[in-house]
Amino acid sequence: MSFRDWYRVDRLPTIYCVGCGNGTVINCTLHAVDSLGWKWEDTVFVSGIGCSSRAPGYIKTDSLHTTHGRPLAFATGIKLAKPGLHVVVFTGDGDLAAIGGNHFIHACRRNVDMTVICMNNWIYGMTGGQGSPTTPRGALTTTTPYGSGEGVFDLAALAVAAGANHVARWTSYHVKELTRAIQTGLETPGFSLVEVLTQCPTAYGRRNKLREVSDTVEYLKDHAILLQKYNRLTAEGKPVPEDMFTVGEFVRRNRPAMGVPP
Amino acid sequence: MQGNTACAEGALAAGCRFFAGYPITPSTEVAEHMALKLPKAKGVFVQMEDEIASIAAVVGAAWTGARAMTATSGPGFSLMMENIGYAAMTETPCVIVNIQRGGPSTGQPTLAAQGDMLQCRFGSHGDYSIIALSPASVQEMFELTVKAFQLSEKYRVPVFLMGDEIIGHMRERLTIPDSVEVIPRKKLETGSLPFKAGDDDIPGFPTFGEGYGVHVTGLTHDERGYPAATNPPAHERLVTRLVRKVESARKEMADYRVTNPDAEQVFISYGAPTRTVHQVLHDRPKDGIGHLQLRVVWPFPEFSLAEFPDAKAFLVPEMNLGQISREIERHTDVPVLPVPKIGGDLHTPAELGKALEGSR
Repeated sequence: MSFRDWYRVDRLPTIYCVGCGNGTVINCTLHAVDSLGWKWEDTVFVSGIGCSSRAPGYIKTDSLHTTHGRPLAFATGIKLAKPGLHVVVFTGDGDLAAIGGNHFIHACRRNVDMTVICMNNWIYGMTGGQGSPTTPRGALTTTTPYGSGEGVFDLAALAVAAGANHVARWTSYHVKELTRAIQTGLETPGFSLVEVLTQCPTAYGRRNKLREVSDTVEYLKDHAILLQKYNRLTAEGKPVPEDMFTVGEFVRRNRPAMGVPP
Repeated sequence: MQGNTACAEGALAAGCRFFAGYPITPSTEVAEHMALKLPKAKGVFVQMEDEIASIAAVVGAAWTGARAMTATSGPGFSLMMENIGYAAMTETPCVIVNIQRGGPSTGQPTLAAQGDMLQCRFGSHGDYSIIALSPASVQEMFELTVKAFQLSEKYRVPVFLMGDEIIGHMRERLTIPDSVEVIPRKKLETGSLPFKAGDDDIPGFPTFGEGYGVHVTGLTHDERGYPAATNPPAHERLVTRLVRKVESARKEMADYRVTNPDAEQVFISYGAPTRTVHQVLHDRPKDGIGHLQLRVVWPFPEFSLAEFPDAKAFLVPEMNLGQISREIERHTDVPVLPVPKIGGDLHTPAELGKALEGSR
């Protein structure tokens, strides 16, 4: 099979805006799933609410498009009741980190065997561009018209601290690395979070001097720093610009997990 | 056996193999008994981080084909409302046990009430219908839990077992039958659209992992399961069917007990107050007092009122300020006299006697 064979073709085109990064993330995910030889009949995609969460509707497997913030709780039920199914969750920064924050840390703690792909675009896209728990300080959104003054969640660090077996962060620019990270997540027994920073030109970019689609992608490329390099620089006492963010594999381990097929 | 334990035993007998819950008084013994028994029955028990997650996990498990249940009380029940609407919209079979306590808010965690009877019917947003059962004894905790699963599987709808602290914590003799009827979930026929229903308004179930490739969404969807949220006729068609499949079957699923159908004064009860009514009828055998006990409360069996053609008054003792009495009122010209009692104590026979005098 090819990744194309996983699409629910009669549902295309997607509802995504021109220049949205979500399609890239779906492609990378389906590439990863396909490369492992998984059968679509044995795979379930689950999601919450938001742009990211429309993704399962475009994939031909069984899929559960649930309520806002709750996909990990629904997915936990699916995986524990039928461990033989592969469970993959699409979510976003608002869905996972705001309304679903509690389910997020507890799913990591339980280490339920699933792969969670979070499309983090720093904004609530579907409702028109409100601030989220990952909106950078100072960024303009419709609910932070004078610049966001709140702190930012580091989703990858949160997942590591909460007990996930595998955590990685990449961007919609790093498609090869992202696909490999998702593959690793799918293969790792236990909970895997792959956070993907991705562009939302419509709701975020145009309010934050990233008007062209390529502006955000360039930004992601230029401001991503490999975790190992970041660690080396800080160990050497060398400065790292504050607007850089780390990418790479944050953890891969083998703690006891739930819902792993026997 | 304790009522809550009988409920768990009923669930196990009915084939329940998945339980997700969160501790809350006075329902916790249901979860505790499931935690003890499910692993031995090759089932799954999981304690979730809250009640929102509990009902979510139950719905997820149900889509894999499992018979799934959760149990809670007041505040936890309120938290479940959003995903109960999701279960109704997606036609997910599941059983929700509510061992009612005094509310609103934290209220009276250790005392009984029947204050959630309208919430279970209308608590989530939008139009939908559900089924609610009300046990009045430990035996009925068992029997009606079994029935909850049978109805849920058949109609693909969330079914509520609306117990209360008195029945949940009371201990009585329980007779467990050798076997109970387990209704298999009707499967989706190959080639059929997943949300296209036949004459009974109930589509076949496309279990996850069996190659159906079904898309399930809480958005308004068409018969393929695809979002149709901006399509007014699709919404009308779907939501009307969700309501009709339950309401039009209310005769079929009706379950009530009639005593002295010739009576002029008739008690209508469900759940714990039923016991006081029994006592009053026992104490005054010559007074010819009638009694209608509702075991299925929703969908409301309005035709059951016609079992008492000579009724001059319906007296409705409830452990709330009058919830089901309103529903009765809208179906009859016979005067309806609410006998409300809140605070946690059951009506006394003397209080019901006084209500009888007042209705003459």
